[in-house]
Amino acid sequence: MSLVLATLGIGVLLASALAAVAVGRREILALRLGTAGAVAGSVLGGAAAVEQLLRGGATLARAPWRLPLGTVTVGLDPLSAFFLLCIAVVGGLAAVYGAGYLRGYAGQRRLGPAAAFYNLLVAAMIGVVLARDGVLFLLAWEVMTVASFFLVTFEDDRESVRRAGLTYLIASQLGVIALFVLFALLRAHAGSFAFAGLLAAGAPGGGLADVAFLLALVGFGTKAGFWPVHVWLPDAHPAAPSHVSALMSGVMIKMGIYGLLRTLTFLGAPPLWWGATLVGIGIVSGVIGVLYALAQHDLKRLLAYHSVENIGIIALGLGVGLLGQSRGEATVAFLGYAGALLHVLNHGLFKGLLFEGAGSVLHATGERAIDRLGGLGRSMPVTALTFLAGAVAISGLPPFNGFVSEWLIFVGAFRGGAFLGGGAGVAALAVIPALALIGGLAVACFVKVYGVVFLGVARSDAAASAHEAGAAMRWPMVAGAALCLAIGVLPATFVGLAAPAALQAAALAAEPLGVLGALPAITRVALILLAAAAALALLRAALLRRAAVRVAPTWGCGYPAATPRMQYTAASFAEPVLAPFASLLHTTVVDERPAGYFPRTARHEEHVGDMAGERLLVPAVRRVLDAAGRLRVLQAGRIQLYLAYVLATLLVLLVWQVAAVAP
Amino acid sequence: MNGILPVAAHVALLVLLPPLLPGVIGKTKALVAGRRGPPLLQTYRDIGKLLRKGAVYGRPTTWVFRAGPLVALAATFVAGLIVPLAAGSGPLDFAGDVVAFAALLGLGRFFTMAAALDTASSFEGMGASREAAFGAFVEPGLFLALTIVCIPAGSATFARAWAALPWTVWSPTWPVVLIAAVVLGVVLLAENSRIPVDDPATHLELTMIHEVMVLDHSGPDLAFITYGAALKLLVVAALLVHLVVPVPAEGGWAGVLWFLAGTAAVAVVIGVVESTNARLRLQRVPGFLIGAAALAAVGVAVLVAQGQP
Repeated sequence: MSLVLATLGIGVLLASALAAVAVGRREILALRLGTAGAVAGSVLGGAAAVEQLLRGGATLARAPWRLPLGTVTVGLDPLSAFFLLCIAVVGGLAAVYGAGYLRGYAGQRRLGPAAAFYNLLVAAMIGVVLARDGVLFLLAWEVMTVASFFLVTFEDDRESVRRAGLTYLIASQLGVIALFVLFALLRAHAGSFAFAGLLAAGAPGGGLADVAFLLALVGFGTKAGFWPVHVWLPDAHPAAPSHVSALMSGVMIKMGIYGLLRTLTFLGAPPLWWGATLVGIGIVSGVIGVLYALAQHDLKRLLAYHSVENIGIIALGLGVGLLGQSRGEATVAFLGYAGALLHVLNHGLFKGLLFEGAGSVLHATGERAIDRLGGLGRSMPVTALTFLAGAVAISGLPPFNGFVSEWLIFVGAFRGGAFLGGGAGVAALAVIPALALIGGLAVACFVKVYGVVFLGVARSDAAASAHEAGAAMRWPMVAGAALCLAIGVLPATFVGLAAPAALQAAALAAEPLGVLGALPAITRVALILLAAAAALALLRAALLRRAAVRVAPTWGCGYPAATPRMQYTAASFAEPVLAPFASLLHTTVVDERPAGYFPRTARHEEHVGDMAGERLLVPAVRRVLDAAGRLRVLQAGRIQLYLAYVLATLLVLLVWQVAAVAP
Repeated sequence: MNGILPVAAHVALLVLLPPLLPGVIGKTKALVAGRRGPPLLQTYRDIGKLLRKGAVYGRPTTWVFRAGPLVALAATFVAGLIVPLAAGSGPLDFAGDVVAFAALLGLGRFFTMAAALDTASSFEGMGASREAAFGAFVEPGLFLALTIVCIPAGSATFARAWAALPWTVWSPTWPVVLIAAVVLGVVLLAENSRIPVDDPATHLELTMIHEVMVLDHSGPDLAFITYGAALKLLVVAALLVHLVVPVPAEGGWAGVLWFLAGTAAVAVVIGVVESTNARLRLQRVPGFLIGAAALAAVGVAVLVAQGQP
């Protein structure tokens, strides 16, 4: 039943994509058709996922036609169903938001293709999680990349957007090479591209599993945005229209996590160093991601770096899970995987919400520079409130959902540190201070964003004349914020949805006893917290009813002529946080201090470039190009030489064949 | 924690005790300086007076400014329901409650800083910025110190961790617990804006951290903030008290007495530290906090080397 619903969802998405293109120049109609299809497809996909997760078990179906090298085999198991749920929820909400967001572009750009590629992207992601055959999987994977490329380059008349799109496409294709090699190796081992065959063949031995793990790490890590192969992400996500940023950051990069988890199921029991590697990647991605986010001045670019941070948190959870698995500690493994998976859903929800909020700000002010905004809380109350919910949630604070997943990872790491022993124990212990530091820095960053954008007073005319977003853009944000709160208040229900997938990833038959017994206590904490705040609000209202309440200018410490430009900016707010990390971030500073009794000029500039791109990847690529350049002597441009190559190749093949036939 | 009486005792301590702590600290500082100082119960009087006053709200502020003190106080209160005071566990204890405790303090900090930024004052923005930086650098130290006490217990749970503390003389782990106590002491000073991180008695906005963030609050809001700061002092001090004083797990009168003695001792130590130290230059505070975290990491490493985990 669930599989029928899911494939029906893909059908609806593809059909509506075609319809959106077919209506031609009637842009609004095309947008409506596309949105209706996206919502219907998401509802079908979500229903399929929930049905499968509640019923348990796995379903499999094989279409009667064949692909070259592979078969069209699809299936749903808990792991697929959980990711399908994430796609459906975030994809559906962002589609509704997009209907409102794209409306403003009507007449300027073609909306039909934008709607069509959106639906194609959602369909391709559903295809990725349904595929039960390597060839079908890679096919859906590539459709996903291409569809998202066209969505990123929606505003293709801007040079920066074209550049970002191209970077994204190249990075994706470099990553997918690793995946081609990965599946070729797995096929060589199992004799089949079918996932069932890969599972039946058992764990590959002789170092093949290690090679496959590393290939998966590079290939899927590029999509997920692990440091240092995240470099495409901070360019591509801000370039895309905001509802596409929400979808890409919210769920598309998680397809990398899905691919990694799926591959791990083929590779058997993990050795210790896999978990330790993921913990290392998680620490670096998390800390570097949040530090770069703090250094950004562009609202959407900042959010994109937070995706690197949150992928790091997910990697920490996966690392704890793998460490537990490698030592046979079921509880640690389950907690790590459950935390990582729930964080996949949580990050989808709050990052979708935050990108939508950033889109509303962009829509209302035309401004993405944080330091030219301010005071939007008055003119955009709904956007401000929902953005605040997202900000608290992504900072991992109760009573919202980010706290629940980070709590699971923390508890898993504490248990791992206590019970794993040896190197695995040390790796698990390393998770604790890293996650604490990431959390503290995330709080700093989101106070900065929220405070500078929505609080205080407007720093520019554009910010002063902002207006609230339309209903189609408001309601998805309200729904996203409500879901963030619901998971934070009722974690037992939602961890219950992630639990079957975590069990599958950890290769466990049943939930370790007593692990999730503390979740109702989190509900109690959340409810008491909300009740205490409400009681205090009532108390204050009662106290102030009899007393005088005045509104007056803010205390200026004796200085009467303060202007909005004198408010603390995002750059000044982040400076003390970033100062101790200056050497790590390679901050470049231009400083012209005021001099003399009547100083005329003063200037201060700070730039934080992305170290991974400039210092790691560019030199690496240059080295590859140099090596390739040396091969160029082979290509001399003389036909006789090329004929000699052909002859030599034929001779080698002949000798090889003869040697093979001869006994 | 079960039973009405222990819960009632916990809540009573949590509600009534906090304003006494600033009094004890103030008396200690006055004694060291040879002054008479404000009365021991001055903070109670301040709060009572502020609750009866009206309020002035800055023109640029929104509901976030008004929500700040409420959320900060509510979050600290719930954290106080989790942490054990005069017994081995708190009324809201559960497996993994250590993490929730730290997150609740973070929630309070988030809203205090947001309320400061809502005033559009550059001074308050400056305070919030410093608080954000030092708050972030405190987290690893706090968690590593808690790791030291949680790992031998096998659980990130206060009740289990306090029960597993080595109260036998010359237990091999007590030096490590001492490290945890020192680091938690640093965390206590930093979280509560005490010298050498911040000076609660400074009169210059440029040098303040916590005080400058709450400049614009008045009346009941300021009462909530004053009370909330005292409550946070008690709640974080409770961690330290349980490390250095054997509060019996079953609580009772003995528990209350041990806890009161321990809390008073912590307050006196804070007073002495504040009397004998100057605050650090702001640029040196991160080094102080990261140094504390590094010390805690050494403690964890010793635990690992002892084969404790």
